[in-house]
Amino acid sequence: MGTAMDNEAAFARALLDAEAAVPAGIEGREGGGAERRFAVYRNNVHANLVDVLAGRFPVSAKLVGDAFFRAMARIYVAKTPPDSAVLLRYGGGFADFVAGFPPAAPVPYLADVARLEWAWHGAYHAADAEPLPQEALAALVPRAERLALTLHPSLRLVRSNYPLVTIWERAARDGGDEPVRLPAGGEDALVLRPALEVEVRRLPEGGAVFIQALQDGARLPEAAASASAAALAFDLAASLAGLMRSGAVVGTSGSA
Amino acid sequence: MAASVSFGTNPVPPRGGAGLKPEHYRTILDSAPDVGWFEVHAENYMGEGGPPHAYLTAIRERYPVSLHGVGLSIGGAGPLDKAHLSRLRVLADRYEPGLFSEHLAWSSHDSVYLNDLLPLPYTDATLSRVCDHIDEVHDAMARPMLLENPSTYVAYAETTMSEIEFLRAVVRRTGCGLLLDVNNVFVQAINHGFDPFDYLDAFPAEHVREIHLGGHAEDEDAGGAPLLIDDHGREVAGPVWTLYAEALKKTGPVPTLIEWDNDVPAWEGLFAEAKRADAAIAACRTSQPGPAGASPRP
Repeated sequence: MGTAMDNEAAFARALLDAEAAVPAGIEGREGGGAERRFAVYRNNVHANLVDVLAGRFPVSAKLVGDAFFRAMARIYVAKTPPDSAVLLRYGGGFADFVAGFPPAAPVPYLADVARLEWAWHGAYHAADAEPLPQEALAALVPRAERLALTLHPSLRLVRSNYPLVTIWERAARDGGDEPVRLPAGGEDALVLRPALEVEVRRLPEGGAVFIQALQDGARLPEAAASASAAALAFDLAASLAGLMRSGAVVGTSGSA
Repeated sequence: MAASVSFGTNPVPPRGGAGLKPEHYRTILDSAPDVGWFEVHAENYMGEGGPPHAYLTAIRERYPVSLHGVGLSIGGAGPLDKAHLSRLRVLADRYEPGLFSEHLAWSSHDSVYLNDLLPLPYTDATLSRVCDHIDEVHDAMARPMLLENPSTYVAYAETTMSEIEFLRAVVRRTGCGLLLDVNNVFVQAINHGFDPFDYLDAFPAEHVREIHLGGHAEDEDAGGAPLLIDDHGREVAGPVWTLYAEALKKTGPVPTLIEWDNDVPAWEGLFAEAKRADAAIAACRTSQPGPAGASPRP
């Protein structure tokens, strides 16, 4: 017998490694063998965490089918078990794992869908804040030169080289397994929970650069300049109105 | 985040209660069912905001709530996670639960969280560690905790005392209360081959402040012996209701939770089980006053 920490480590290792033997000192009924009994724990650990991921990435699971998703998730669980008892935080590395998981390569946009779902999950649990009313926009315009905007804590951006929002909407609606003709070009998604419902919107050209700059603390003219440099068609008035309308703005600064 | 409203003290009554599931938030608020109380898994409310907190706040305004931790790893070999302990304190301060409980189990090793309630050997060394951990929880939470008896599938060769002896010693040394999970008693008895009524007879009933009931699945081990899996995925089994009626005779009326965490039914299914617990508590009240010294709450 080693120390308590050693024994616990051996138990934990055998849980995560399906090939490992039952740890020394673990018994079944009346001192009997414990293979099958220990397997209950091993199965619990994996199945419960795979369930967590399946619940957190439901559209990804639809796109590849439940069996493929669970097999993929099980590999992720074994490689990256949770590092916190707060399972709400689990799965942040899943999209990157999917991006580097060769069997998923035939669905090249899968990792971006997983990113969008992680953003959705983050928005759902993010801090609450009261959006500024739309009418506040008119009052902001005269001060726009010096204004920085405080965006909603739930706001997340997901940029994609694929028509991500279209893929996500269709899969969420239709089940995702029938082949669809996708529009060409990428789409950027705005994920936001102004009140209790998480909303996913398709951003216009330059919109993501604009919002990212605002999130980084840029004032309106600088953010607009970045967006215009990234996309000639960027329309400041429309983007600003869209942000206000969606409830993305919770405050302003630099107006004094 | 500090609580913006104070709920005041709202003790959990000796009635049937239900584990709060997100699937049922709206139905509960819309139909205002006559259920005694709700219990929440603390870790599910450790996000910053959003619907979980909005709904729990609305439900807490209408019902007493109990806080049940599943991730503290009190039976672990290493130190308690101080950050997790402070998250629990923040939640308890915010929602002012009438009861707070955790498990005689471990679930983390080093920085890895294994997301299951894992067994520990019962020895003098593990007893000291568990007691130290509970003392630390009491200090951090500034409220008494209840310790729940586990369901297990394996045993440890190094174990030197029975689970009952272990629990009694923990209560004596730390002053914590007990959460008697009657389904776990039944699962333990079948899985390890003892009489569940003997276990109940020996259980320190005078320290039980809450009871859990839940469903289990049936399997068998490699030797063909029955192996019950504590999956909380169905109705409470018939023999567990029988055992529960027996437990109530010893504890007197105590708050009794129905746990149904997997394959969660429509609210009516869970509510029906809570009403059945209510009926058993009412029957226990009329048949006898309960043993001297047993009281539903401290």
